Amino acid sequence: MPKIFINNNEIEFKEGMTVLQACELAGVEIPRFCYHERLSIAGNCRMCLVEMEKSAKPIASCAMPAAEGMKIKTNTKMVEKARKGVMEFLLVNHPLDCPVCDQGGECDLQDQSLYYGFDGSRFKENKRLVKDKYMGPLIKTQMTRCIHCTRCIRFATEVAGVSELGAIGRGEDMEITTYLEKSMTSELSGNVIDLCPVGALTSKPYAFEARPWELKKTESIDVMDAVGTNIRVDSYGWEVKRILPRLNNQINEEWISDKTRYACDGLLKQRLDKVYIRKNNQLVESNWDDAINLISSKIKSTSSEKIAGHVGGLSSFETINSFKKFLEEINVKNYEFREKDFYVNPDQKMNYIFNSSIQGIEKADFILLVGTNPRHEATILNARIRKTYLKNKLPIFSIGDPGDLTYPYKIVGNKTEDIQKILDGKSEINDLLKKSKNPLIIIGESALELKSGKYIFEGFKEFLYKNKFINEDWNSFNILTQNAATVGALDLNFFNKPNGRGSFFDKMNNHNFDLLYLVGSDELNFQKNNEFIIYQGSHGDRMAQIADVILPSPAYTEQNGFFINLEGRLQKAFKATNPIGNAKEDWKIFNLIVDKIKNKNLFTNYKTLIEDSLSKIKENKNIDTLPEPQIKKINLSSGNFYSEQVLIRPIDYYFSNPIARASKTMSDCRIEKIHNSENRKTG
Amino acid sequence: MLKEENKIFKNLYNEQGWELENALKRDDWLDTKKIIEKGRDWIINEIKASELRGRGGAGFSTGLKWSFAPKKVGSRPHYLVINADESEPGTCKDRDILRFEPQKLIEGCLIASYAVNAKVCYVYIRGEYIKEGKRLQEAIDEAYSKNLIGKNACNSGWDLDIYIHYGAGAYICGEETALLESLEGNRGQPRLKPPFPALVGLYGCPTIVNNVETIAVVPTILRRGAKWFASMGRPKNTGTKIFCISGNVNAPCNVEEEMGIPLKELIEKHAGGVIGGWKNLQAVIPGGSSMPMVPKDICETLRMDFDSLVEVKSGLGTAGVVVINKDEDIVKCMARIARFYKHESCGQCTPCREGAGWMWRILERTAKGEATHKDIDLLSDVTKQIEGHTICAFGEGSAWPVQGLLRHFRKEIDKRCFSEPTIKKKRKIPYLIDQHKLESKDA
Repeated sequence: MPKIFINNNEIEFKEGMTVLQACELAGVEIPRFCYHERLSIAGNCRMCLVEMEKSAKPIASCAMPAAEGMKIKTNTKMVEKARKGVMEFLLVNHPLDCPVCDQGGECDLQDQSLYYGFDGSRFKENKRLVKDKYMGPLIKTQMTRCIHCTRCIRFATEVAGVSELGAIGRGEDMEITTYLEKSMTSELSGNVIDLCPVGALTSKPYAFEARPWELKKTESIDVMDAVGTNIRVDSYGWEVKRILPRLNNQINEEWISDKTRYACDGLLKQRLDKVYIRKNNQLVESNWDDAINLISSKIKSTSSEKIAGHVGGLSSFETINSFKKFLEEINVKNYEFREKDFYVNPDQKMNYIFNSSIQGIEKADFILLVGTNPRHEATILNARIRKTYLKNKLPIFSIGDPGDLTYPYKIVGNKTEDIQKILDGKSEINDLLKKSKNPLIIIGESALELKSGKYIFEGFKEFLYKNKFINEDWNSFNILTQNAATVGALDLNFFNKPNGRGSFFDKMNNHNFDLLYLVGSDELNFQKNNEFIIYQGSHGDRMAQIADVILPSPAYTEQNGFFINLEGRLQKAFKATNPIGNAKEDWKIFNLIVDKIKNKNLFTNYKTLIEDSLSKIKENKNIDTLPEPQIKKINLSSGNFYSEQVLIRPIDYYFSNPIARASKTMSDCRIEKIHNSENRKTG
Repeated sequence: MLKEENKIFKNLYNEQGWELENALKRDDWLDTKKIIEKGRDWIINEIKASELRGRGGAGFSTGLKWSFAPKKVGSRPHYLVINADESEPGTCKDRDILRFEPQKLIEGCLIASYAVNAKVCYVYIRGEYIKEGKRLQEAIDEAYSKNLIGKNACNSGWDLDIYIHYGAGAYICGEETALLESLEGNRGQPRLKPPFPALVGLYGCPTIVNNVETIAVVPTILRRGAKWFASMGRPKNTGTKIFCISGNVNAPCNVEEEMGIPLKELIEKHAGGVIGGWKNLQAVIPGGSSMPMVPKDICETLRMDFDSLVEVKSGLGTAGVVVINKDEDIVKCMARIARFYKHESCGQCTPCREGAGWMWRILERTAKGEATHKDIDLLSDVTKQIEGHTICAFGEGSAWPVQGLLRHFRKEIDKRCFSEPTIKKKRKIPYLIDQHKLESKDA
């Protein structure tokens, strides 16, 4: 490995590193504003200047490629002078409003001015004033604070794939703007707030809510989609104030989607904090004892075939496990986690996970999307596809029309015949697919919902297996699930085997059930007839309205829970705040009911629940690891082909779950998206 | 004084007509084919031997620059880009070449393109030069019609297409990488170097960027020989150069002269002398507004070439000589120049964006007599904080003239400042960088 001298210490570095990265290897911290590992290099803040031997001027270490034998010094007078000079320039036009700035306490400029700032200002003139720009309901702007590092512009054009942010004007009149003062049409727009090194772009919903040092920080997992984004939940008292990304290169790098970040204000609204029982067609406040008595008597009086359970997409693995155990205890076999009937095959773990892994997308050289819109179904995964596209310019095809995905792709067709052609080797893309080394086939739930769902699923599996695209090193067969609970529920076989006639959905729609126990499930398309509905959940949403008994339980930030993401990676979410009101944790509620009916405990304590739950996970039981590829025994089967249109079920992105629906911010975003054509300037 | 026969631009004043037929009479396009047949290496070596230095301001050896281009064309084509974005205040030499000697430029383009393996040449013309651009286009069309350029240009077997691109009026687009950005359709902001344009330039392809005058003198050098060119001027500062003399002189003009001509001779003989006589001279900006001014006492003996001017801490730049006599308020002049730089800074990197405006404000205050003595040191600090810390040379370009003013006219400024500094003694601010990590002897 080549060597570089940093402050006379010899350090080995990897080819292609910049001087700044080499300095970090040597343990020397270089101040920076514009440089960011995941964005292109701009080199415009000039804060990272270091001295290089044989160079009369200091060099920008972020932009200079490290070379063999370079002699870098970071602790000389020249460097100090240069950095202090740059810091003074940055502060010249930066307002002194730290006491009222939301970035205070986590501001790069504030931190670095401690080291490089002068003790007084020599700038006697008036400071520059820049008009604030409207950037939508998520981003609050205070453009006077901007130091023109252009991180936000680079993020928008490179990672988010929308060239809606840019700079206008020249010199000291340069301004960052969205040109037409519209909100960014990206689901990743909130990340510019984290990227902004100063308080120019701050979070609008979080404005003046709290100071960073007063917040309790809990590292957790997001449940808004199946990606399992790593987040940090910042809470003050019982309120979740904000959600920030946590670095995980294997999943979300350091981005999170807007829904993940901003749906948290939904945790404060529409909450179920008390037990309710319907009396005279009106929900009346009640208590746990009455409710448990009512439920147990109802369960006892209803035959177990007429009882059904459904679990929602935000539920943790333990919740589903304890729910299943509870239902089995009372001999109920009608349970389901799906919201719509789509084909699943839980024989092997490989059948319902994203086998190539999210990080593995970067190795792909061919992508075929089958009935999926990754931009809305798994935003972070879509960002990874875009990153791969930018790096490799790989061919991307789609069956069905998913709309704008932030990268170019070609629609092969939108009929099941087009899938048949590929499977028969007669399609135009077969040559490319054959030539590729690491293809990715991503099958979405919309495709599996079709009558040909089984045909598509089993057909692709067979096709890929026979073409050796499912092997030890690379498994190109990927299912893109949409809900955080899906993979876990499939691990637990929490669904009714038959599809179509006689299925859970068939019985439900024919009103064959007399008692419906819903755990956090609000997405079911269901018309109430005479059923007795128990709703257990955190938010008063669609199903709580028609429920006969409402049992309050905590939301995802209020109880510990395991989640298995779409790659089959087990992750643990931690409790950030206490459950509100009289809410009880899900497994405790089941315990109470079973205790009432059978006078026994399902789980004696939390530990037994965890042990029991973990023992039921298929194949992979270690936290934060991917399942081992299991390709020795692959069962192939086939399904019937039907001629159908492959329609990608549109997702109401900002309204896709009860928490998001309760969130004012999400509702603002939704309105903004609908009325984006209108010229809304509210400042 | 340069002999008439040694002049390269014989039609600098359009006495003979700019059209192709007239240009041919002045030996343009004479034996171009033979020059090209001598081969790339010969051309580059001959230019190296002539010691031709770039006429755009930096004075980098042209032959050396051409030799940086990859020897063989790889997967990416090569480009030649002519920088005709002449925006330096006090400079108007390229304009007259475009107007009156366009064929010299076009012929130079063909030879230079051949030398650097480029088949496409772009001429980036300053947006304000609309008439000059039209004139150049006419000249290019004429050259195309006679097959001097185009497919198999001059029967040499080399194909060359020349395209004109107008700028949108930004000074910074005269910086070669900002010019390339602008040419690509992006914001005109300088790129980070390395990589240099010779390897990664226009559209990521190897690109050689040269000034109009540099390219326009190439054919004549190759026709008359490097020795002839090198025999004029002084070692390392050879040949002839167009000087643009303006300001407080009786007859502002463009004139082609030998390098190293005494400044006094230049002004007295060609520009009709300083208004009010030589005694009335206050200072001279020798190389366009971005070069530090030199006061009268230095001007007496000053020779106009790259190295002599560096010796007096100035530079030849574009050789736009601006004469300032004693009737002018030197601080006001400087404040006006600083305002220009404040307005033209691209805004990309911090020191120049914030510093250029600050310098202008301090100078403006000083010119009005509202500054304090402390402000002079502050101004000097600001220039030093800009200089050398920026992405492109604009930082130096805006800081150097102010430094020149401070160096030579400090007394002048002192007179205008009123109060004494409140704190006379400089406080020592402890050195803080990574202190906790370093041993005391390093810190």
